[in-house]
Amino acid sequence: MSNELAIAPVESTEDRLLRLVAGGWIFLLLLALVAIFLVLRPAQFGSAYNVQQLFINAAILLVLAVGQTYVVITSGIDLSVGSVLVFASVVSAKLMLFLSGAGGTTYGTTAAGWDIIAIGTVAALLVGVAWGTFNGILIAVTKIPPLIVTLGTMGMALGGAQILSGGVDVRAMPELLVTHVGSGRILGIPTLVVIATVTAVIAGIVLHMTRFGMHIFAVGSNAEASRRSGIPTTARLIQVYAISGLMAGIAAVMSNARFSTTTINGHAMDNLATISAVVLGGTSLFGGVGSVFGTVVGVFIPIILLNGFVILGIPPFWQTVAMGAVLILAVWIDQLKRRLRKRG
Amino acid sequence: MSTPLLEATGIRRTFGHVQALKGANFRVMPGEIVALIGDNGAGKSTLVKILSGADKPDEGTLRVEGKAVSFTSPLDAQECGIATVYQDLALAPDLTPADNLFLGRELTRSGLLGKLGFLDRRTMQRQAVEQFAKLGVQLKSQRVSIASLSGGQQQSVAIARAAMWASKLVILDEPTAALGVVQTQRVLDLCRRVRDAGTSVVLISHNMPQVLEVADRVHVLRLGQTVADLRAADASVADLVREMTSGQAKELAA
Repeated sequence: MSNELAIAPVESTEDRLLRLVAGGWIFLLLLALVAIFLVLRPAQFGSAYNVQQLFINAAILLVLAVGQTYVVITSGIDLSVGSVLVFASVVSAKLMLFLSGAGGTTYGTTAAGWDIIAIGTVAALLVGVAWGTFNGILIAVTKIPPLIVTLGTMGMALGGAQILSGGVDVRAMPELLVTHVGSGRILGIPTLVVIATVTAVIAGIVLHMTRFGMHIFAVGSNAEASRRSGIPTTARLIQVYAISGLMAGIAAVMSNARFSTTTINGHAMDNLATISAVVLGGTSLFGGVGSVFGTVVGVFIPIILLNGFVILGIPPFWQTVAMGAVLILAVWIDQLKRRLRKRG
Repeated sequence: MSTPLLEATGIRRTFGHVQALKGANFRVMPGEIVALIGDNGAGKSTLVKILSGADKPDEGTLRVEGKAVSFTSPLDAQECGIATVYQDLALAPDLTPADNLFLGRELTRSGLLGKLGFLDRRTMQRQAVEQFAKLGVQLKSQRVSIASLSGGQQQSVAIARAAMWASKLVILDEPTAALGVVQTQRVLDLCRRVRDAGTSVVLISHNMPQVLEVADRVHVLRLGQTVADLRAADASVADLVREMTSGQAKELAA
């Protein structure tokens, strides 16, 4: 009997390259898009203003998509993110308006100070966490499929927001919030972009470097094995949906600041936009695989496509068509990768 | 004779009208491989579940190193140094071998970063490589996911994992059922190395030549009772078949 007692070899360069290409093609696609638009319209596409607009447009969606990444890695889905954003923004805006003593029909900006803004922000985050925890408990404890639970809470949160606001957007935000967060800058960088970057970096570190993050991957990869290994799977699932809710709360504050109004009817597609960004970024709908960096790339692809098409004078409707095709391509490649892996 | 590592006596378990176990006995000594065989419906799975803490007997006693124990969950058994590798492996297919070895027992860094839950991947990776080397488990890469490994390698990782955390006894439920010839041989080698490293092994198997090749002792169950406890060196496949199909329960020599 041959006793080859070799120590397991480390990964070869070839393997690493393969993995990079398999996992990084969407990043290469993003670079290619940027390069094409830069070559065709360097002045417009590469202008400081345009680049800044790209990042600002990505900021709110990115925060939502980061939460969605956590959820999808557990092989779940969160359809409620856009509605929770709306609900949190209405609660936050109403509260700030009430605290600043202005009437409910005030239009424009209020003179509310940072104290009121802080209360409004905390309220938005708490409301987001509350919806997320509600989702998580229904999914992890009562074992109702995530698709159904979050489809339900999507309706409940949007309906709830409309009940609270009477169906009319709250159109007055604190002046300070709008000028400093909505259109303000920190060290020359738009505040919204700073918030999104910090959120994504922290989320990435937690996901990829901590025990909590490892548990998220484990639960998504094999929930039963995780449970048998002593990982508190129920608690982890609830926490993951709570984080997605928290992200919706953060995005709600950003949205209020940016648009100076709640946007009740503006987030119906957020769930699908975030899910497609997450999937484009290489996170598997089957769970267990994914990265925050991939999601960042996935968020930028539709935004760059739309921007480039507009600059090139291609009807922007084509962006929707292109995005649909890219999304199908992304899932197809994910499945190919899985099949290759099984064979190897 | 020294104290058995794990001893089950007079185990009875009834499901409705079905008497799965009718006073089965089982014994594992330190540092040996014991095979547990029996025809379908002989009560092997039920006995394994009871030994691993996944099920409770209606009657009978379990002793670990002479002390009576009562397992209410697999975690209780694990705390007594007993781990079970089930047929469905219980690995996370998308994680690396090292991550799987430490699943649920991740090492964190020292100091503040550790308190924040930061993983000490370098130490986990190093200990994983050491564990695989100690047991002679060869993997084409430490960094790929479990799903890209062959069935035999996956099985090896699962066994290495159990052996890493079970200081005393590893129970393997049909570890070679789905494997080819070469991979089966590797897994059997692994069983021997686990034993040689000081951890006893209980091997549940249908494959009698294999059982005789690797085990030190063979326990035969028939219709919920222990009908034979043979030294593998003295037994033949014909003996095992006879005991499995027509063996009578009798008092076993200690």
